[in-house]
Amino acid sequence: MVDLAYMKNGQSGIVVRLQGGYGFIRHVQAMGIMEGKRVTKLVSQPLRGPILVSVDNLQIAIGYGMAKRIFLDVD
Amino acid sequence: MGNPNVGKSVIFSRLTGVNVVASNYPGTTVEFARGYMTFKGERTEVIDVPGTYTLEPTSKAEEVACEMMKKGDLVIDIVDATNLERNLRLTMDIIDKKMPTIVALNMWDETKHMGIGIDVKKLEELLCVPIVTTVAPTGEGIKELVLRLEEAKVGGIKGRTEHERWDEVGRIVGQCQTLSHRHHTFLERFGDASIKPLTGIPIGIVAIYLIFKVIRFIGELLVGVGEGLFDSIWTPVMMRLSELLGGSGFIHDILVGKLIAGEVDYGQSFGILSTGLFVPLAAVLPYIISFYLILSILEDVGFLPRFAVLVDTIMHRVGLHGFAAITMFLGLGCNIPGVLATRILETRRERFIAATLLAICVPCMALTAMVIGLVGEKGGQYVAAVFITLFIVWTILGLLLNRIMSGESMELYVEIPPYRIPYFGTLMKKFGMRVRQFIATAVPLVLLGVLIVNILYSLGIIEFLGKIVAPLITSILGLPQEAISALIIGLLRKDVAVGMLDPLNLTAGQLVVASVVLAMYFPCVGTFAILFKELGIKDMSKSVLIMLISAFSVGGILNVIFGVLA
Repeated sequence: MVDLAYMKNGQSGIVVRLQGGYGFIRHVQAMGIMEGKRVTKLVSQPLRGPILVSVDNLQIAIGYGMAKRIFLDVD
Repeated sequence: MGNPNVGKSVIFSRLTGVNVVASNYPGTTVEFARGYMTFKGERTEVIDVPGTYTLEPTSKAEEVACEMMKKGDLVIDIVDATNLERNLRLTMDIIDKKMPTIVALNMWDETKHMGIGIDVKKLEELLCVPIVTTVAPTGEGIKELVLRLEEAKVGGIKGRTEHERWDEVGRIVGQCQTLSHRHHTFLERFGDASIKPLTGIPIGIVAIYLIFKVIRFIGELLVGVGEGLFDSIWTPVMMRLSELLGGSGFIHDILVGKLIAGEVDYGQSFGILSTGLFVPLAAVLPYIISFYLILSILEDVGFLPRFAVLVDTIMHRVGLHGFAAITMFLGLGCNIPGVLATRILETRRERFIAATLLAICVPCMALTAMVIGLVGEKGGQYVAAVFITLFIVWTILGLLLNRIMSGESMELYVEIPPYRIPYFGTLMKKFGMRVRQFIATAVPLVLLGVLIVNILYSLGIIEFLGKIVAPLITSILGLPQEAISALIIGLLRKDVAVGMLDPLNLTAGQLVVASVVLAMYFPCVGTFAILFKELGIKDMSKSVLIMLISAFSVGGILNVIFGVLA
């Protein structure tokens, strides 16, 4: 299990845990990132910049700090 | 209602005929818009609300949406057919509120090339509400949507907790959606390239450079045309009028202005019908046209959110996240929509920083056009000096505000829409709307500004005020005391204010100082009103205080620098 920030670009995995309070989890889930979902990391910006992932048919940019709190099982 | 960037505003325009700005990025609509349509033979109010992911709002724009929903009688839920799962999550919440609902499955055309098949009948059965497929920009399906509005009903859904809801959504999507394989399109590959740091940053820089080149090119072209028209058509009319009015006198000076060497000089005469018309129509309008043409294309293509991701790291240094860059972009056109757009930011602190930086350091296109026109006569390096100074101030002020203000900034969390080829019709509609808006709001204000200047001059008030503030203006800023008139009119319109510097015969250095101070010291009346509305009196006062202090300190520093250089 690794966090999204740690993953390499191009890697894909299943979300196993969102670490945070109710508000954080709802916020993250609202756009479709939740436990059991397959997420592919596409790009990360340098200097702890935002990370771009794809979920379903959607691309989402996630701040580095948030990405640290999203854990996945990488295949 | 619906998720962000699913096409609510376009459908709204189709239903009501009311034009609203719609673009290809989440958060274009930050306030509700009202329109009317005929439904069951009655005039029915239709409300376009900002997009939201849940009915528990996380930003001010989402709050607006949730508030408005409570007041409605019927919900048209717009769903992005290419992202069924996530969109249905909100649909479930809406249905759960026991509101009569009809679903518009929008972007239906895109599902075909994305290899998505949706069984609409099945989905209708599962949700127990009518569903219509639509392609908003072409109007496909809108008629059916209207015809079936009366079928809207309270649906039924299972699942109580958050988790059960998502499971239910998953089940529904599983039953109605089939995916088939497809190849990546060129637009997708370009979309990827423009967001990867290695290729994205160069693409971003080239894009920004080209954008400003093109804006300037089109702007200058149109200024040439405008000046030509004024010279050949309007000047004879003005000269005739001048003769009729006897060549001088109070009425003559207000309408035609002072003759410079026996001629009407649109820069210096300062009559309502000469300079008052020339400034908005020949000097500023060309740049407004060219800026909004380019901005509208960028918005609809989907460049802005990618730009936001690229600059996110930089924006964090000033206490904002990447999406605030979009508000700055809009502010380059006019500060008012820029400040309004700060509603997409999550916290009050971010909104304050963004609005303050916008009002101080982001020159609107009207101001920019006049600076290019007037300061540009002295040389391009002076125009550059104005904008570089503003950018440096933006950076320093942002760093300071981020340090001083308590609290943390939110992180970027935003969906990046695919690049889309804009629909020509919707693009032109938006562009035309913005240009008309400029003409309708700016021209009267400019005329009023010129009128006030003339009255203040003839009553000797400007001279009087000039004497009072002379120490401040002459000693700190190194400007002649007549420059006070520009500062006064700058409260109304900044483009006229810059125009007023023309007759003062300033040196290049003085022009730079005056332009920078005019850009920074105080928002124009329109922006002021919006700041007041968005920030409240307390924060707005703080913001204004920051403006005054920074404007005069930066002006003073520039004055010293130019003094040393000269």
